[in-house]
Formats: sequence, structure tokens, C-alpha cells
Amino acid sequence: MNLVAIKSAIDALSAPTISFTILTVIFPFIFPPSDWFEKIHRKTGLWRMWTKPGGLIGMILITAFFVIGYFDVYFNKTLTKADNFPIVLMIYSMWFLIWLGMYKAYRNDIRIEQGLKPEEYNDPDDKVLVWPDLVYIEFIALILFQVFLIVWSILVAAPIEEPANPAATPNPSKAPWYFLGLQEMLVYYDPWIAGVLLPTFIIVGLMAIPYLDINKKGDGYYSFKERRVGIFIFMYGWVVLWLFLIIIGTFFRGPNWNFFGPFEYWDTHKVEALTNVNLSEILWVKWLNQGLPSNILIRESLGFIVTGLYLFVLPVILAKTYLKDMLAAYGPTRFVTLMILGLVMLALPIKMYLRWIFNLQYIIAIPEWFLNI
Amino acid sequence: MSESKSSAAPRAAVGSVSKGRKTSMERRSFFSWLAVGWIAFVGVTGGFFTVIIRFLFPNVLFEPPQSFKIGYPEDFAPNSVDIRYKKEFNAWIVRDDESIFALSTVCTHLGCTPNWLATDNKFKCPCHGSGFRMTGIHFEGPAPRPLERFKIGIADDGQILVDKTKSYKWEKGEWENKDSSLKV
Ligand code: FES
Repeated sequence: MNLVAIKSAIDALSAPTISFTILTVIFPFIFPPSDWFEKIHRKTGLWRMWTKPGGLIGMILITAFFVIGYFDVYFNKTLTKADNFPIVLMIYSMWFLIWLGMYKAYRNDIRIEQGLKPEEYNDPDDKVLVWPDLVYIEFIALILFQVFLIVWSILVAAPIEEPANPAATPNPSKAPWYFLGLQEMLVYYDPWIAGVLLPTFIIVGLMAIPYLDINKKGDGYYSFKERRVGIFIFMYGWVVLWLFLIIIGTFFRGPNWNFFGPFEYWDTHKVEALTNVNLSEILWVKWLNQGLPSNILIRESLGFIVTGLYLFVLPVILAKTYLKDMLAAYGPTRFVTLMILGLVMLALPIKMYLRWIFNLQYIIAIPEWFLNI
Repeated sequence: MSESKSSAAPRAAVGSVSKGRKTSMERRSFFSWLAVGWIAFVGVTGGFFTVIIRFLFPNVLFEPPQSFKIGYPEDFAPNSVDIRYKKEFNAWIVRDDESIFALSTVCTHLGCTPNWLATDNKFKCPCHGSGFRMTGIHFEGPAPRPLERFKIGIADDGQILVDKTKSYKWEKGEWENKDSSLKV
């Protein structure tokens, strides 16, 4: 096999439009939220990801990617940047932790199917003391981690750049690695939404999970089948909408915040001709063939209608039809909260696709009031 | 004094300590110590805050003047972007077919400083990829509005004068204002 061909294939696939779509499409087959997905998940052998060989193969693939990347002139620069070291660790630990959880969950699922208790109940005596058992483990982990941090800080110089100069922003300008997902969101949303509203929703939503989740099963032990929809939604939000965006921001964003494949040269003059349009411009100029109305509310009326339909009418329709059972089980307060959190989460990929496909900039664009959605 | 007091009203004395003549403090000397204490306190805190307030006013201000002269209209070639004033004054001087105007170098998305890419004929922000045309109009990326323009005019000596204290926003229709650009 030809390494160059593989590299250019990876470059082509990593374009976010493609990689994000692939991830989104195969995601329900990896974490099947319903019987139909489950069937294909079994048939195609995807379930083997969550076995021991599957975990190992995942590790090997990640390592192979980094090794090939290390010897690539261009990817080497990104990979060996001191800022990006944590992302390498993140990718490994992310895979390991997801795999570990799913591996244990699948073993328990089989046991539960056979009418056995989950594995966690088979411990010699069910309970472990906090002191000394847990505290000792934590203490040792703490010491090891300290050692690791000290070695790291000795070996790798802090990635400090030249003194700040307000007239010269580094190109590309990247946030710290843990914020790169946010920086990606900022490409699609106004600072108020991507920088303030969405992070608030993320934090509040995560804190609300224990109050919103009324599923009593899977409490104290790993299990996938018993809470597959919840795991699927959470995993999509966490892995695709957060971690994958961090990976895009780290490895696939180059000068002028353009997309670059991992093995591509960072050309400052890469031209991506895009002309963004707002929904109001599409409506008035393109469809109705006239100028924009001077009244702001009339100008943005379609945007308001669309947003209103999405946020307020859609939950009602869903409650009457598709999610009737859920409404009955969860009660109106929980249902509404879940709906709002879920719709806001889904709004991110929706907006990304609108931008990619229609070059749509804002659905509601009122720069006069600093209100852009 | 303390003696007479303690003997006159022994019950008022607090505890056994005040009964000892040597340990009790004269009232007058107490007041003078109190005064000294207060003066010291006021002195120290006053000095402390003086220093802190002084700290807010730096010895040297590196802020360039808010209005500056940039030479004569003929100095600027038509359809060009002058980036000489970017570093010091945070302004680009642009001359298109009919006018000269000064664009602010602050990206209207989150405030990074875009770069002028002469080959692509656009300003491009390195933070989230907003793009602006030579006129300052936004056309790609997340920036919701065009770059702002500064007040521009001709000074008495015929030079162009840019005044950054006044800026004009396109979305408010302020680019119509005659001070927002210089007809040439
Ligand atoms: S600050 Fe310029 S694009 Fe975000």
C-alpha cells in the first residue's frame, strides 16, 4: 500500500464536512440507541470494538496514526508542538475510558440477560472502606500524577510565545487546548451564544442530569442496554460535539482558521471562496427579489418564525406524537427541560451544516442589537 | 486617680487585674496611646491607598494620540490598503476608486486583529476565520457586522487627519456620513 495515497485519503476524509458527517452517521451504530441500530451493530461486528481485541486494535490504530504523523513533515509540526501534547494524551485516555466503560457494560448486559447480577456485585464483599482502601488508592494516584507532571514540566519547555502585541495576532490564533471546542463553536455562532449561552447550557445541563434522569437501572454498575438512549445522547454530545471539535481545532485548523488535513502544508494563502448570507438576505433578496426592509423586525421575521418553530413548537409536536410516552413518564417539567437542553445541543450541528451547505451566516441577524442567532 | 476610683467603687472594677495599681493604665495615657494608634493606623492605610491609587496612573503612557495625520491624499495609491498605521494606531488606511477611509483593525466578532491578505484582496481574521472585503464589509466567517470606520478629514495644512474618537458603524447607516470617508 502506498503511504502517500493513504495520507491524502486521510486528508480528504478529515475535512470537517466529511469527518463530522461520517462520525454522526456511524455514531448510532457504535452506541445503538434502538433495536434496529442494535441489530446492525451486531451484524456488522461493530460490537467487537468493546471487546479486549477491539480495545487493543483501537490503541494500535491511534498509535499508528501518530507514528505515521510523526514522520510526516507537516503533521510533525502540529504533533510536536508543546501545546498539543495534552491532546495526544486526551485521545488515548478518551479511547481507553470509553472502551473500559463499554467493555464492562457489555459484560454486565450479558449477565443481566442470563438473569445474573451485574459483575460489580460479585466482589468478595460488595463494599470497600473509604479509609484506608479508597484514600490509599487516591493518594498513590496523586503521587504518581505529581511525578508525571514534574517530569513533563522538566522535559517540555512551556510553549510561551513572543511578548503580546495588539497589532499582530498570531496566525492561527488558538485557544488553550481544552477551549478549542468552544473556539470551533464560535466559528458558527455569535460570541454571545457560543461564548456565554452555550457554555452555560452545557454546565447547567450536566449538573441537571441527576435530576432529569429517572431511570433507576444502571445504578452502581456498568450497563449499556438498560440506558442506551441516555448513553447515546451523552456520548454524541461529549465525543462528537466536544472532543471531536477539540481535535478539529487542534489538528485541522491552520492559518486564517482554514481547514487543513493533518498531512497538508499550512498554506497561508489557501483560498476558500465563501460568501456568507443571512437568512433575511436569502428571503428578501434571493426569493422575493427586493431590498431588505428597513424595519428590523420585518426584516428578520422569517428567522424569528424558524427559531420559534424550532424551540417552542417542535417540543409540543413531539410531545403529542413521537415522544408521548416520554412525556407521560417524565412529567411536563422534566420533559420541557430535557427538550430545551436537547434542542440547544442539536442546534450546534444544525448550524454547522447550514453554514457548510448554504453558507448561511445567521438565522436571525440583528447586528444593531447585537442579537445574532 | 485609679486608686480613688477603685476604692470608691470596687464593684465596678472588672476582674482582679484592675485592682493591682501597677498593671492598670492611667485614663489620660490611655487616650494618648489611642490617639497615637489611630494616627498610625490612618497613616499606614492612607499611605497604602495613596500608593495603590498612584499605581493606577502610570509614569509613561504608551497610548498614541487619538488623532493623527497621515500625509496627503496623493500619497495613497488607488485601490490599495496601507498597513503602516496598523501597529501604532490600529487603523488601516484604504483608498478605493472614489474615497479614502480609515478602518479599525478590531475584528467585529471577538476583537482579534485580522491580517490584510493582498493576494486574496481581503482582511482575514486568524481567530475564527472572519473575512472582510477591502471596504470593510464582512463576507465570510462568523463576524456579524463590518469593520468600523474612523472619522477622517483634511487638516488645515492639507494633510489627512484621522480621528479615532469617532467611529462609524455600517449597520447603523453611519457610513453615509461625510466624515466617515474622504472623497478624492
Ligand atoms: S475574532 Fe475575528 S473571527 Fe473571531
